[in-house]
Amino acid sequence: MNLFALIFAYLKARPLNTLLNILLLSLGIAMITILLLFSNQLQQKISDNTKGIDLVVGAKGSPLQLILCNVFHIDFPTGNIKLQEADRLAKHRLVKNTIPMALGDSYQNYRLVGTTRAYADLYKAELETGTWWQHDMEVTIGATVARLLNLKLGDTFASAHGLSEAGHAHEEHPFVVKGILKPTFSVLDNLILTNVSSIWLVHEHSEDEHEIVKPDSLSASVLVPTAYASDSTRELTALLLKYRNPIAAIQLPRYINSQTNMQAASPSFEAARLFSILGVGIDALTGFAYVLIFISALSIFIALYNSLKERKYDLAIMRSMGASRSKLLWATQLEGVVLTFCGSVLGVALGHLVLYLFTMLVAESQTAGVNAFVFYVEELYLLVGSVVLGIVCSLIPSWQAYRTDIHKVLAGN
Amino acid sequence: MFTFVELFEMIRTRSLSYTYNSEKEIAFGDLNIAGGDQFLLLGESGSGKTTLLHLLGGLLKNQQGTIEVNGTSLTNLSESELDRFRGKHYGFIFQRNHLLAALSVEQNLLMAPYLAGLSQDKSRVEEVLMQLGIADQKRKRIQELSLGQAQRVAIARAVLNKPSVILADEPTSALDDRSCDRVSELLVSVAQQNQATLIIATHDQRLKNRIHNLIQL
Repeated sequence: MNLFALIFAYLKARPLNTLLNILLLSLGIAMITILLLFSNQLQQKISDNTKGIDLVVGAKGSPLQLILCNVFHIDFPTGNIKLQEADRLAKHRLVKNTIPMALGDSYQNYRLVGTTRAYADLYKAELETGTWWQHDMEVTIGATVARLLNLKLGDTFASAHGLSEAGHAHEEHPFVVKGILKPTFSVLDNLILTNVSSIWLVHEHSEDEHEIVKPDSLSASVLVPTAYASDSTRELTALLLKYRNPIAAIQLPRYINSQTNMQAASPSFEAARLFSILGVGIDALTGFAYVLIFISALSIFIALYNSLKERKYDLAIMRSMGASRSKLLWATQLEGVVLTFCGSVLGVALGHLVLYLFTMLVAESQTAGVNAFVFYVEELYLLVGSVVLGIVCSLIPSWQAYRTDIHKVLAGN
Repeated sequence: MFTFVELFEMIRTRSLSYTYNSEKEIAFGDLNIAGGDQFLLLGESGSGKTTLLHLLGGLLKNQQGTIEVNGTSLTNLSESELDRFRGKHYGFIFQRNHLLAALSVEQNLLMAPYLAGLSQDKSRVEEVLMQLGIADQKRKRIQELSLGQAQRVAIARAVLNKPSVILADEPTSALDDRSCDRVSELLVSVAQQNQATLIIATHDQRLKNRIHNLIQL
């Protein structure tokens, strides 16, 4: 016999009560675990995806939309900006480098991005097979796109207008897969990359109606070398740019927003704003989880308190057999701690399991890059906290155990 | 000669009395009980049988006078020393058997050495269960035992640590004549087998047939 055998025997003697207490606590802990995993990973994803992008410049509209569209690729473009204007900005002395973004088409819900190699380099993308896109209508696709759409090198497909399958298909201009990227665990995995002029080409028919403007000068565009710098018909969706120096962070956004027809948005600022909006929901859920934990603590306290009353003879007889007051105190404390510890271990496991099932069932969570098998140090705090909770719930019951008057109990009055 | 007597004196009390709620005082006559002796503590309800038994067993403190058990003065022991002393030197049997219902028979018995801080010897458990004729009940849960079996388990638990003193409080008062006879016989024989001093507090006159040393309160 030892203390643990005794405690497990006591817990086993009231299986439903024990189960209820452990389950109640584990639900609260599981909820906190899920929120923790979700918000931590989301924050991590956001900072990973915005790395290397100081500013996004696009058409005027919602700055948050601009970021969601051009950095996270989960919203629609705010509109287009003129290549001419973008080119001018790219040559600005405060701009270190720029990446053009031409959006508008997708294939099976996966977005086509007309851009340059610099965009892939932003996420340190490497080729799994094949080559990078070189000519018009050639694409290099992200790892998730390749896997879920089962695309292989040499496959061709027609893109659709917009970001849904129902969009108008551009069947007269098929794309050909030239390369597949290794997983980068960033938004890049869900994109189909090509050059800017391919996107223009697909939409050419609408621009045929326009009068082709003879360019004034024949110098090539900085952003899209195949186009003329002065070509006023060419448009981009956005520019991702990097500051040359810290002064740019102060001057550039103000300059763009006030002096041009474009707007500038900072991904880190907008992401923080987005997160503070989400944070309200996360806080509410966390609050609810703490209410659950409080109720479970109360339930454990009541269970221990009641069982201590039933066990007063047990306690007295144990004292008569040589158990000290403090031994009974520890036994009761330990019983509470065993309950809360089991509850929190189960809760953490449950949290990971639920998130795992969620990632299996909801495809969007995979593209959002939520992984159920990442562990954070906060989960360790949860376990430690649950031990403290166990001690707190069993304070009064263990004090009762400590104070058992053996003579009175055993004399039967 | 004097030291010889001292060595064999298991329980010795001097001018012992206990005050209830600082008004009702019960005084007890001096006791000199030798090791291995068997005594009946007789008296009506409320005569202080249980009080004296608990005082002798170190379950109740704050008495007036002195109690020496096996050469140790209980009055001088601290609370935790008293706990340890109880675990090593006493076996208690109560009117209700007070077994731990959550545990099996064997686990109940092993609690005695565990709580007394002695080594847990499973062969000793076998031996005692054999002496009491319930060796086949070892693995059973307490709820599965009959009343008589449960009482034997309680007796087994009391003698498991080979205590020098076995104190029994009304062990037979709820039993019919046959069971009473069997339990008292068991108590006497098991105390003899384990060389323990046996004191039974009771108002049950039937036990007089078996134990002839009387302390009348």
